[in-house]
Amino acid sequence: MRVALFATCVNDALYPSTAIATVKLLERLGVQVDFPAAQTCCGQPQYNTGYRRQTEPLVRRMGRAFEGYDHVVTPSGSCAAMVRDHYPRIARRGSDPRLTAVSESLVPRMYELTEFLVDVLGVTDVGAYFPYKVTYHPSCHGLRMLGLGDRPTRLLRAVKGLELIELPGADECCGFGGTFAVKNPDVSVAMGEDKVRNAASTGAGVLCGADNSCLMHIGGILHRQDSPQRALHLAEILACTEEEPLT
Amino acid sequence: MSGTFLGMPAFPEAARTSVHNPTLRANIRHATHTIRTKRAAAVAELDDWAELREAGKQIKEHTLRHLDRYLVQLEEAVTAAGGTVHWAADADEANRIVTELVRATGESEVVKVKSMATQEIGLNEALEAAGIAAYETDLAELIVQLGEDRPSHILVPAIHRNRGEIRDIFRREMGRWGRAAPDGLSDEPAQLAEAARLHLREKFLRAKVAVSGANFMVAETGTLVVVESEGNGRMCLTLPETLISVAGIEKVVPTWRDLEVFLQTLPRSSTAERMNPYTSMWTGTTPGDGPRNFHLVLLDNGRTDTLADEVGRQALRCIRCSACLNVCPVYERAGGHAYGSVYPGPIGAILSPQLRGTQSEIDASLPYASSLCGACYDVCPVAIDIPEVLVHLREQVAEQPGHRLERAAMGAAAKAFDHPSVLAAGQRLASLTRRLHPSKLPGPGRAWSESRDLPAFPAESFRTWFKRQERRKREEGTR
Repeated sequence: MRVALFATCVNDALYPSTAIATVKLLERLGVQVDFPAAQTCCGQPQYNTGYRRQTEPLVRRMGRAFEGYDHVVTPSGSCAAMVRDHYPRIARRGSDPRLTAVSESLVPRMYELTEFLVDVLGVTDVGAYFPYKVTYHPSCHGLRMLGLGDRPTRLLRAVKGLELIELPGADECCGFGGTFAVKNPDVSVAMGEDKVRNAASTGAGVLCGADNSCLMHIGGILHRQDSPQRALHLAEILACTEEEPLT
Repeated sequence: MSGTFLGMPAFPEAARTSVHNPTLRANIRHATHTIRTKRAAAVAELDDWAELREAGKQIKEHTLRHLDRYLVQLEEAVTAAGGTVHWAADADEANRIVTELVRATGESEVVKVKSMATQEIGLNEALEAAGIAAYETDLAELIVQLGEDRPSHILVPAIHRNRGEIRDIFRREMGRWGRAAPDGLSDEPAQLAEAARLHLREKFLRAKVAVSGANFMVAETGTLVVVESEGNGRMCLTLPETLISVAGIEKVVPTWRDLEVFLQTLPRSSTAERMNPYTSMWTGTTPGDGPRNFHLVLLDNGRTDTLADEVGRQALRCIRCSACLNVCPVYERAGGHAYGSVYPGPIGAILSPQLRGTQSEIDASLPYASSLCGACYDVCPVAIDIPEVLVHLREQVAEQPGHRLERAAMGAAAKAFDHPSVLAAGQRLASLTRRLHPSKLPGPGRAWSESRDLPAFPAESFRTWFKRQERRKREEGTR
């Protein structure tokens, strides 16, 4: 099987390790991964801040970049939800028929990583090895917009050596929220600090998530507090094996 | 007394104060978490919750689409049943109508049933200016009124107060307005409730005029419905000679049968009860039973404008249950006052800027007072997609003056993202200079780095890595 990886702009620029892990994981499962270089950003920062029209060229670009692939896989629930939930709206409210064409074509082909693994490949045990205590934060867009359900935790539970500890208040937002993080920094940080406090109470060494933008916010607070806990993307855990552990 | 929030600072500034107030944070956290857990249990009891939610949405959508017809039908039915209907385009007109109606009775005080519409128009202040005292009779509204405070929650207006604070307010203020608090009043809930009961009983028995709102108005019969928990509403609606009800035009439902849906979804969503303790319904006047005069003031106050907005109009489906407030992580930390409106929380963030416009500082900031986590949409019993409306209103605000820099920045980012080679060059430059990057950002970036560190910039982007891999694979393949 051959799929296109939608790395997302955040992973491309700031968290290449997550995108690299996604490639290694998928290749290990026998999937051939392409990275169409025309891809950039899905337009979520613009759209969610109120700049819908500035999003339109990026929607068209996404359409061009991923033309011809049956499956587009992305290690971000938020970016997958942007395409699936908001592209149809952008198409409806815009006047360009190309937006409708992109939306209709791309929406059914866009998969968040755990959906692709569980629903398309039909695997929950990906042959990973990660001998640490882990707690999982389900980011809001994956949880509520995509309805990822227990896919991420099923994958984590199947990892050899991994002890999954439930995160109290898991379904509460971490406070990132895109530009919300800088437009309402006090509330954003207060939410993040509560999330970090809950995560610390689990005693886990790793706070795992499936959206690096949220993990950038949570990790930024952990780092500022000199916490021993580390924020890590799910793909990087699933990519680890006994032969190739986390570096 | 319950102020009209004029000249409020923007949400982020107002929220800053509450975020750093530990008592307030603890009060609201405790209350919202308790009620949200109970609501979840009350909703989970019903197998057909999803269908009820969809039915509620459909009924409201249908009514709003034919609002002109149903309002006229309502007016005819109320009039035929002996009531008088008044139409108020805005808050001033509604206040004027109510003031004149009270004056015509010759009375100088009224008792009030908890009502969002009269809070919205600042009726108590308008009556006070006309020399008419308005007494709130809902326990929480009484606490707010006696404390010269403002409501901070739709259903639990004094949610920001704890028992000790309430005891102090009762001890200090009750005597100034009527029967004083009993000596040695403690902060036991039963004692506090008894003090309020005694204080209010005096007012119920004396009042000749009552003012209420309405949860629902049935067009086919002209029946008004008030749903409450304490029985104070029942007193106000039955004891006085004159009853004046002020209700937003969106409160109408076509038939009695439609109430079947909302009388299930409203109590479970708001107080997490299967059924609320008191449901009062009245149709015009009945000789020898209840008020002899009944006036209904139908309030627009921005609702018609809201109805004209295709995306925003869904906010008019709201039945004021407060479920969205109780699950909102932003409300929980910012508190209700930061929203600068009688409608706080997620619903307030989409309702206030539509009813009042987005011109003032506070109203322009409300659409951004959300992380778009979507918890509000999940619990809404009439399926208002609050995040969708928030983003839609942000679009409206972003068009206004004052967003020049942000618009330029968003435009520039979109342009760079539309040119992958420019983006790649920028990434390479950032990687090359990464040791020079400051750990704390200047300017607007300070909002990030004040309390959060930035991730270390990687040595190369994923794009570069992938290209290198491809090249290696090709070379290995040709060897």
